[in-house]
Amino acid sequence: MQKSEPHEKQVTLNKDTARTEGIKPDAALPALGFTGTLRWAWKQLTSMRIALFLLLLLAVAAVPGSLFPQRSANPAVVTTYLQDHPDSGPILDWFQLFDVYSSVWFSSIYLLLFISLIGCVTPRAIAHARAVRAKPPATPRRLSRMPVYGTLEIPAARTSGAAITPASAATDAAALLKKRGYRVDVRDVDGDRPSVAAERGFSKELGNLVFHSSLIGVLVSVAVGGLFGYNGQKVIVEGDTFVNTLVGYDAFTPGTNFSDDQLEPYSIRLDAFDVQFDRAQESHYGQPLDFTASLTTQDGPDAEPKKQILKVNAPIDIGGTSVYLVGNGYAPVITVRDGEGNIAVQGPVVTIPSDGLYTSLAVIKAPDARPEQLGFVGFFLPTAFVDEQGVSFSRDPDPFNPQLNLNSYAGDLGLDGGEPKNVYVLDTENLTELNSRNSDNGGIVLGLGETYDLPEGKGSITFDGLKRYIAVDIHHDPAQLGALVFSVLALAGLSASLFIGRRRVWVRTGEHPDGRVLIEYGLLARGEDPRLPAEGAAVEKLLAGHWLAHQDKAGENQLQPAGAPAAGTGAGTDGDNGKDNE
Amino acid sequence: MKSVNTELGATSELFMLLASIAYVVALIFFVLDLVKSSRTIGAVEARLAAGQAQAPARATVLAGARGGGASAPASAGPAMADTSMQYSAGPRRSSARIAVALTVVATVIHAAAVLTRGIAADRVPWGNMYEFCTTGALVVSLIFLITLTRKDLRFVGSFVVGLVVIMLCAATVGFATPVANLIPALQSYWLIVHVSIAVASSALFTLTFAMSVLQLVQSSREARIAAGGPDKAGFMRLVPPALSLENLSYRLNAIAFVGWTFTLIAGAIWAEEAWGRYWGWDTKEVWTFVIWTVYAGYLHARATKGWTGTRAAWLSIVGYLCIVFNFTIVNIYFSGLHSYSGV
Repeated sequence: MQKSEPHEKQVTLNKDTARTEGIKPDAALPALGFTGTLRWAWKQLTSMRIALFLLLLLAVAAVPGSLFPQRSANPAVVTTYLQDHPDSGPILDWFQLFDVYSSVWFSSIYLLLFISLIGCVTPRAIAHARAVRAKPPATPRRLSRMPVYGTLEIPAARTSGAAITPASAATDAAALLKKRGYRVDVRDVDGDRPSVAAERGFSKELGNLVFHSSLIGVLVSVAVGGLFGYNGQKVIVEGDTFVNTLVGYDAFTPGTNFSDDQLEPYSIRLDAFDVQFDRAQESHYGQPLDFTASLTTQDGPDAEPKKQILKVNAPIDIGGTSVYLVGNGYAPVITVRDGEGNIAVQGPVVTIPSDGLYTSLAVIKAPDARPEQLGFVGFFLPTAFVDEQGVSFSRDPDPFNPQLNLNSYAGDLGLDGGEPKNVYVLDTENLTELNSRNSDNGGIVLGLGETYDLPEGKGSITFDGLKRYIAVDIHHDPAQLGALVFSVLALAGLSASLFIGRRRVWVRTGEHPDGRVLIEYGLLARGEDPRLPAEGAAVEKLLAGHWLAHQDKAGENQLQPAGAPAAGTGAGTDGDNGKDNE
Repeated sequence: MKSVNTELGATSELFMLLASIAYVVALIFFVLDLVKSSRTIGAVEARLAAGQAQAPARATVLAGARGGGASAPASAGPAMADTSMQYSAGPRRSSARIAVALTVVATVIHAAAVLTRGIAADRVPWGNMYEFCTTGALVVSLIFLITLTRKDLRFVGSFVVGLVVIMLCAATVGFATPVANLIPALQSYWLIVHVSIAVASSALFTLTFAMSVLQLVQSSREARIAAGGPDKAGFMRLVPPALSLENLSYRLNAIAFVGWTFTLIAGAIWAEEAWGRYWGWDTKEVWTFVIWTVYAGYLHARATKGWTGTRAAWLSIVGYLCIVFNFTIVNIYFSGLHSYSGV
C-alpha cells in the first residue's frame, strides 16, 4: 500500500500506532496474552514496513523461477535436469525450486502480502468514505502559514459599484472554487471575516484504493481461471481432423473443477498449411515470414462447416475456447512392411524440428510388425545436402530435397507392458540394431518415393509423401476477462493515485474601513505535490479575474504575488490584511 | 510482405555511427563543464571568503515539496545549482552550452538513423535488441532534451549522454543485426504498443537511475560537509541537493512506473493472443514482474519512515540494474519465449 505522508494525521494514524505499538511491547512482552499477541501480529502484518518487506521479498522469491526449469512451463526439461543432477536435483526439488510459483514459500509470501493489503485497504476505505462525506476542514487562523499563500484586494471604488461585501466575496469565491472541482463550505458568512474552505482531489485516495483492490481482483481471477479453466495441446497433420473431446487431445491440463461436459464437441480440420520464408534478404535468408493454416471448422457434429484462417498472433474462437497456432513442422508419410510382407505402419509421422532449417527428429514405431517389432529413429531433412565428412544436413527450411536418414531396430519396443511411453523417444535397450551409420549395413537414406528393404528380410520402409502439421494450444479461461478488467482498473487507479493532487484551499475575506475588500487565500497539499504553487497561481487568477478583470486602471489592482513560498515570505505578507480587520 | 531496403539500412547504420561520435564529443564537453565550473566556483569562493566574511546567505526553500514536517537539509556549501533546478543567471557555462548543442545535433542524427531503419524495414524500429537499444537511447536523449527546456538538468548531462553512448555501443557492437522483416511471432500491433511503452519507461528509469546515483554521492557529500569534513567532490557543487534530486526522480519514477504497469498489462494481453495464456512465468515475464515489484517497493518506501532518501535511491538503482539484467542476460542466456534478440 502506498500510504499518505506521515505528517497527515487522519490516515496514517492507524499505521503510526501500529508501528509504535509494535515496537513498544518489547519492554513488556508477558502482558500481551493471546488476543494481545494476535492483535500485535495483525498490526505488525498490516504495518507499512512489513508490507514493504513482503513486497521486496516477493521480488526476490520470483527470481529462482527464472534460474531453474519449471514444471509448469516444461515438465520434460525438469525431468532431464533431475537425471543430469542426481545429487543436487532432489534437494532443489524438495525446496520446490522446480515449482516456484505454486510453492509453499512463494504462495505464503503473496498471501501474507495480500492479507496485509486487505488489512490496510479496509480501514483506509472506511476513513475515505468518512472523509468524502465530511465538510472541508476548519479554516486555519493564520492562512499565511500555508505553503502557498497570497492576498488580493478589491478597491473601494469597485466594491461600492458592484456591491461587493466580504460575505458576497466569500460566496463568489466558493462558487468559483466549486466550478474548479472543489467541494466547498462557506463559514461565518455573517461575521466580519467570512471564509471558504475547499477541498479537491478525493479521487487520488479513491484511485489508490481502486488500485489495491483491483490487485486482489486480479489474484482472484487467476485463481478462478485455475479452478474452472482447462488447456490442451494437439498436433494436426494436413488433412486430419481434431474433435474437441478428451481423447482427441495429445496433452490435456484440466483445472481443479473441470468436468468432461465442459468440452463442446466442435471439430477442426487442417486443409492446408502455408509457410513463407524470407528469400529476398541474404542476412536473414530462410527466416520465416508467415505461417497460415487454412481450417474447416464445425461448431458441432451437425453444424455447418466453416472456412477459417489461423495464424500466429491471431487465434480463432470456437466452442468457448481459443485455438492458438504455436508450432509447426513436417510429417513425412511412410509405409512400414514387416517381415511377413504385411503393412505394419502407414501414414504421416510427426517429426520435431530442432533448428530453423527444420532439421527434424523422427521416431517411427511399428509394434504390429511380425515376426519382430520394428523401430526407426533418425532425422528428416527438408533440403538434404552431404558435407565433406559424408554427414547429411539440411540447408533450407523448404522441402527442396526431402530426405529421411534413419537407423532401424528390431525386437521388443517395450509397448506391450501397458506403461505409457513417449511417442517421440525410442528406447533401444531391448532392440537389436539393423541399420546405422556405424554398422555394416549402413544407415537408411530415403528420398521421396523411395523404398528401403531392411537387412535379413525383416521388412521394408517407404517414404511415400510429405505433409506439414501444425501444433495448436486450446485454452479455456472463464476468468480471463475479469483479469483484464481488474488490470485496467488497477492501471487507472494507479494513475489517479500518482498524478491527482489532493489539495485544500481556504479563502478569507474582510472589509477595510475605507471600503476595500481584502481577500487572502492559502493552499495546502496532502502529501507531496510539486504542482501546488501552480494551482495557487491558477486560483489567484480565477479570483482576480472575477473581481478585477473589467477594471480600467490596471494600476489599482494591488495584486500580491501568489505562490510565494510560505516559510520565506509568510510572516511579512500577511500583516496588512490581517491587522486592518482585527 | 514487402522486401526490406538493405541500402537504406546501411545508411541508417552510418547515421548511427555519426550520432555516436557526436554524442562522444558532447560527453567530453559535459565533463569539461563539470571540471571548469567546479574550478570557477572554487575561485569565486576563495575570493568571497577573502573579501567579505558575511556573504548573504541564500535561503533555499522547497515549495510544497515536503509539506511542513521535514525540513530540507541546508544545501552544502555555496551550491551553484538551484534546488528548484531552474536556470539561474550564474556565470556563463560555455562548455555546457556547447555540450547541449552537440547533444541536440547528435539526437537529430540519431533520430534520422532510427527513422531510416524503420523505413528500411517498413515497420516500427524495435523488433530486435539492436533496434530496442538504439530506439531506447534515442528516447533517453529526447526526454533529457525536453526536460532541459524546463529545468536545468545539465549537471546530469555527462551521466545521461554517457549512458546513451554505452547503449549505442552495446547495440552496434554487441547486438548488431542487419535490417530484416519480422518473424511471425512479432507480427502484431501489440509490438507497437507494448514495446514502445517499454522503451519509454526504460528510458525514464535510465534518467532516474542517473539521478539516484548522483543523489547518493550528493547525500554522502552533504553529510561529510555537515560533519565539518572537507569537500572532496567539488564538482558536485553543480548538482542540486540530494533532496531535490530525490523529489524529481520520484516524480519521473512515478510516471515510468505507470508506463511499466502498462507494459506489463499490454504484454499479458499480447501473450494471451500469441501463446494462449496471459501469464505463464516465462523468464521475461518473471523479470518484468520483479522489476515492477522493486519499483512498487520504491514508491512505498517513499511513504515509509526510515526508508526515504538513501534507501529509496538504492531501490531505484536496484530496479534499474534489474532492467539491464532483464534486457541483456535474460535475453541472451536464459531460454524463454521472448527469444527475439536476433543476436
